[in-house]
Amino acid sequence: MHVIVCVKQIPDPALPGELDPSTNTLKREGKLILDESDSYGVEMALQLVSTAGDGEVSLVSMAPNDEVSGLRTALAMGAAKAVLVSDPSLAGADALTTAKVLAAATKKLGDADLIIAGTESSDGYTGTVPEQMAEVLGLPSVTFAKTVEVADGTLKVDRQTEEGYDEVTCPLPAVVSVTAGVVEPRYPSFKGIMSAKKKPVETVTAADLGVESVSWAQQIVSVEDAPAREAGEIIEDDGESFNKIVEFLDELKVI
Amino acid sequence: MGIDNIWVFAQAADGAPTTGTLELLTKARSLGSNVSVFIAGDGAVEASALGDHGAAKVYATGDLGGALPGVAISSSMQAVIDGGDTPDLIMFPQSYEGRDVMSRLSVKLDRTVLTNSTEVSVDGDSVTVQTPIFGGTKLVNSTFTGAAPYLAAFRPKSFVAEGGAGAAGEVVSAPVSDLGSTGGATVTAVHVEETSGPKLDEAAVVVSGGRGLGESEKFEMIENLAKLLNGAPGASRAIVDAGWVPYSYQVGQTGKVVKPTVYIAAGISGATQHMVGMKGAKNIIAINKDQEAPIFGIADLGIVGDVHKVLPQVIAALESR
Repeated sequence: MHVIVCVKQIPDPALPGELDPSTNTLKREGKLILDESDSYGVEMALQLVSTAGDGEVSLVSMAPNDEVSGLRTALAMGAAKAVLVSDPSLAGADALTTAKVLAAATKKLGDADLIIAGTESSDGYTGTVPEQMAEVLGLPSVTFAKTVEVADGTLKVDRQTEEGYDEVTCPLPAVVSVTAGVVEPRYPSFKGIMSAKKKPVETVTAADLGVESVSWAQQIVSVEDAPAREAGEIIEDDGESFNKIVEFLDELKVI
Repeated sequence: MGIDNIWVFAQAADGAPTTGTLELLTKARSLGSNVSVFIAGDGAVEASALGDHGAAKVYATGDLGGALPGVAISSSMQAVIDGGDTPDLIMFPQSYEGRDVMSRLSVKLDRTVLTNSTEVSVDGDSVTVQTPIFGGTKLVNSTFTGAAPYLAAFRPKSFVAEGGAGAAGEVVSAPVSDLGSTGGATVTAVHVEETSGPKLDEAAVVVSGGRGLGESEKFEMIENLAKLLNGAPGASRAIVDAGWVPYSYQVGQTGKVVKPTVYIAAGISGATQHMVGMKGAKNIIAINKDQEAPIFGIADLGIVGDVHKVLPQVIAALESR
């Protein structure tokens, strides 16, 4: 079983985000790490291949530079190889372009039984790329999967809904987006980290993949500060501050 | 020219359009004079409420037979566009279904998408949407630069639903053609998680817990306090990811957007992801032991203290009334 996982390398979310003043797009230079949202997909893929008994996990990623540290993390977890689409012309690309590029990149890795992605990235969170990839590739898809099983060539998914979850079946090959928390991502072992350094990462451009027109029909016109919410009264608990809460709730007539 | 022909992807539950659908319709009719919706099913029951909120036409796809709506509804939309009804703007709710339909359609029509928006404005042929970023501290204004139709998704509660627009929408059949294997994802069973009390996104009081609770058993305090205030319990993404409570409790970017009269955040630091979902609350009470927690920056009443001490005291005080 061949599972391809789409992973994104993002600026460390623990650091405050910054916009490039000339383009108003998110600054992505500097160190990039594996988006935590994608670590669930990598873990899920490794478990599915392990259950199937044969096959491997491959990765596709797209970056405006040749950053690979996030990919190495996923390789250290157990993925076998990766294709990185590294192309400065893709800086600030929209979700549709990203989906076209990643779809083309999956073809570089050969036929996949399953393509897994996170539901949305932690930095841009457009949340449309997995379903767009499925349409580009002409595949069925199940989004917001909280459990994923493969049996007899069929995918069985519990899909998150507003009120609970749906059981969904889907023929393979297919695209699935997985929610955070779906599995517990493993920590890379020392051996994994060492061997990841030797695993193949093929770097290509959009043109190498035959994706010709990299332009997108949206433009940021301005960025403004949101109306600030004033901070109110902040008090140190002295053992009696619960009275303050009760009084406040009383004032608001919700008791 | 101008932006006049506007479509809304409509969702319904228990025979009534969702509030999110009615919010989008209300906004749509303020932007253009020709508003239509697409809805799964036969549209008959929903047509009057949809018309009352501005939909002159209700394109009904018929029963989807368990197929997920992404492929099915986008195919129906494309067929109607190919048939000559050409929308200028298509508005989607930022929901599971809305995202799926919009994603599929964007590829079929080769159009970009703008998501997570909270406002939209029209100037001549130009459409601008506004999207909060960095936890809602900054607002990004983006325009579509290519050809219409423009595809945009909006967060719940971005607009206020108002009826009184007109008579029931005219129901027009917009059937889904054979989708082949692309439409192969099929729902075989539906599970609804049992909840009591008001719905999280409609409750006047929301009490949410975060990692500061320490362990999953302590979430009971949140549930007890919510019950005493006739409110709904909510949660930060951290404890949903940790498996303490179901995803349906999550407030935030990837969860529910809430605008209650009172929001009580207990043991929640106020990550960007969370603040986006609750900063629209009229009043915010925060309890956190870290006085540097970002949540205090937006709280009307902030208690720097231990939730394990303060919450039981509040609960006891309310119980004794």
